[in-house]
Amino acid sequence: MSTTASEIETLTSQEYKYGFVTDIESDQVAPGLNEDVIRLISAKKEEPEFMLQWRLKAYRHWLTMKEPTWANVKYPPIDYQAIVYYSAPKSLASRPKSLEEVDPELIRTYEKLGIPLREQELLAGVAVDAVFDSVSVATTFKEKLAGLGIIFCSFSEAVQHHPELVEKYLGTVVPHSDNFFAALNSAVFTDGSFCYVPKGMRCPMELSTYFRINARDTGQFERTLIIAEEGAYVSYLEGCTAPVRDSNQLHAAVVELVAHRNATIKYSTVQNWYPGDKQGRGGIYNFVTKRGKCAGASSKISWTQLETGSAITWKYPGCLLIGDNSVGEFYSVAVTNNYQQADTGTKMIHIGRNTRSTIISKGISAGHGQNSYRGMVKIQKGAENARNFSQCDSLLLGNQCGAHTFPYLEVKNNTARVEHEASVSRIGEDQIFYCRQRGIPTEDAVSMIVNGFCKEVFRELPMEFAVEAQKLLNVSLEGSVG
Amino acid sequence: MLEITNLHAKVGEKEILKGIELTVNAGEVHAIMGPNGSGKSTLAQVLAGRDTYEVTAGQVLYDGKDLLDMSPEERACEGVFLAFQYPVEIPGVSNLYFLKTALNAARKHRGQEDLDAVDFLALVQDKTKLLGMSEALLSRPVNEGFSGGEKKRNEIVQMAVLEPRLAILDETDSGLDIDAMKAVAAGINALRSPERAIVVVTHYQRLLDYVVPDYVHVMSDGRIVRSGGKELALELEEQGYGWLGQEAA
Repeated sequence: MSTTASEIETLTSQEYKYGFVTDIESDQVAPGLNEDVIRLISAKKEEPEFMLQWRLKAYRHWLTMKEPTWANVKYPPIDYQAIVYYSAPKSLASRPKSLEEVDPELIRTYEKLGIPLREQELLAGVAVDAVFDSVSVATTFKEKLAGLGIIFCSFSEAVQHHPELVEKYLGTVVPHSDNFFAALNSAVFTDGSFCYVPKGMRCPMELSTYFRINARDTGQFERTLIIAEEGAYVSYLEGCTAPVRDSNQLHAAVVELVAHRNATIKYSTVQNWYPGDKQGRGGIYNFVTKRGKCAGASSKISWTQLETGSAITWKYPGCLLIGDNSVGEFYSVAVTNNYQQADTGTKMIHIGRNTRSTIISKGISAGHGQNSYRGMVKIQKGAENARNFSQCDSLLLGNQCGAHTFPYLEVKNNTARVEHEASVSRIGEDQIFYCRQRGIPTEDAVSMIVNGFCKEVFRELPMEFAVEAQKLLNVSLEGSVG
Repeated sequence: MLEITNLHAKVGEKEILKGIELTVNAGEVHAIMGPNGSGKSTLAQVLAGRDTYEVTAGQVLYDGKDLLDMSPEERACEGVFLAFQYPVEIPGVSNLYFLKTALNAARKHRGQEDLDAVDFLALVQDKTKLLGMSEALLSRPVNEGFSGGEKKRNEIVQMAVLEPRLAILDETDSGLDIDAMKAVAAGINALRSPERAIVVVTHYQRLLDYVVPDYVHVMSDGRIVRSGGKELALELEEQGYGWLGQEAA
């Protein structure tokens, strides 16, 4: 086992360094989806039989499902037979040769965010075959973590090295049949992240996909699985604050979190996919299923997200509060500018006794952006003394954008206490004038007011991330007022 | 310092200022009084650059420069300060951060370095102490959940920190009880200086018992109809504004 493992390790890292151009021909699959494609993906990844069977089961179920239409978003029909389901890793030849070939708008954004040149190249997908410092940094982290018994690797590696963990947990939070996009992901996902924190271990650093640069090209169907054993703690950061150049239009990712007794998982996302241009052309459809299971007593799962990118965002990170005294949290800032659409929120399912959940959602709409909060709070029969507090605030910049709130409450236990507060405000002429009268220019005034609006969410983000998030927010809303 | 000539302004189709003439020199305190709807607050807002009002005629010179040609933030950076009649709430933004951003914007305009957090805090503490005001207000979000009195005091703290050359106080006394008004008045008096001009817009005479003006002007229907010394305010207190209507008619 271990020899095979290290062989694969060598093979994959070599492939990352040199192998793209030579391997690429054989790594492409014709567009379209059928059982053969799935068998091929599974074979390419040298997966154990249980993985193939699981994928096929998901595929067969997907065939019986219909694309959901209840979300408050509009887009032309997606042709699922026109998508290439296996094309990773991308060919160096198809990437821009240098930053000069990259959209200058993107470069300006990088500059505003203060991203170093090398990282800019990386994010824009420039074909650089030198080994980046960050790659070696990633390896160092990985070794250090392994010493503590923490497994942090790509999903493919996990399937090879820890099949028992994958088999035990895969699909236990988001079943293969959960929804249309989750089923599709289950059938065809190619890679993603895997993290396992053993009993009693407090992971000493923020884990981030950022340190695993090679995960960037995993394509449109990512799958992440994080497991925190009894008493463990882990904080995971997803994404990066710069817009990522990506040629895939449809992204259907799945994230599953499992927290055992007394464990805590903190999952922070900064999503800044390509939002399309100012006229609303192009941009990513981000249809993601994220769910955490508070399986053990007194466990806690906390989602924090800043969504500024994508043409369409469809995303409801939720928590299944099964263990008694478990806690679910959702802190979200969603921004829509130009023609972006976001339908996002959360699901808090209270099953255990004394379970508590908190939802703080901040929607910001500018330009022609449409922003919907959709949240479900469900209190099951056995959830004695469950508590929920929801607060949804919307801020409108300009008069052509929209904010919508769709709360769903289902309470089956009369000891529950559920509170919902909602507000909509327009960024005031008088607020801006007040700032300007104190010498603060309009753009700075807007970013100050918006950041103030988002403060409750940003303080939940890890420190460095929060600073970048503020910068990103300012860039996203640039020129939207005045 | 400030020379207003034949200033006309309207909101929508309604003309509110109908030919204001006013000269204010450095070191002077002017009070502008008048009944509701006479255009006092409009004058204050037009001087600060509020674009709800359209200036249709006239000229305003500030240190010889065309004030009306400047954006609100330029005016502020050049030393024009308006204490708002209704100070605006900015949720989630701390008073300190707001004030620091404002001060550094003005410093940048003057070609000075940003003041760092430590020096800034020292400056603000100094000013609040001088004005006898509570430091607790500083860490709270700008005006959010402040009482009427706290909001008005907060305007005075901002004024003290920003050290304007022309301060316009728009009904800073309205809605204050006597103790709060005394505190605000003391704050204004502490800022009187030979380099600074202060224009106090007020409906009532009582603030002027504490902030004694050099000149008093009475506005009616968009014009200054009478000007005089501080005794004019007392006269108004006795007679009310009723005579204005008769005089105009």
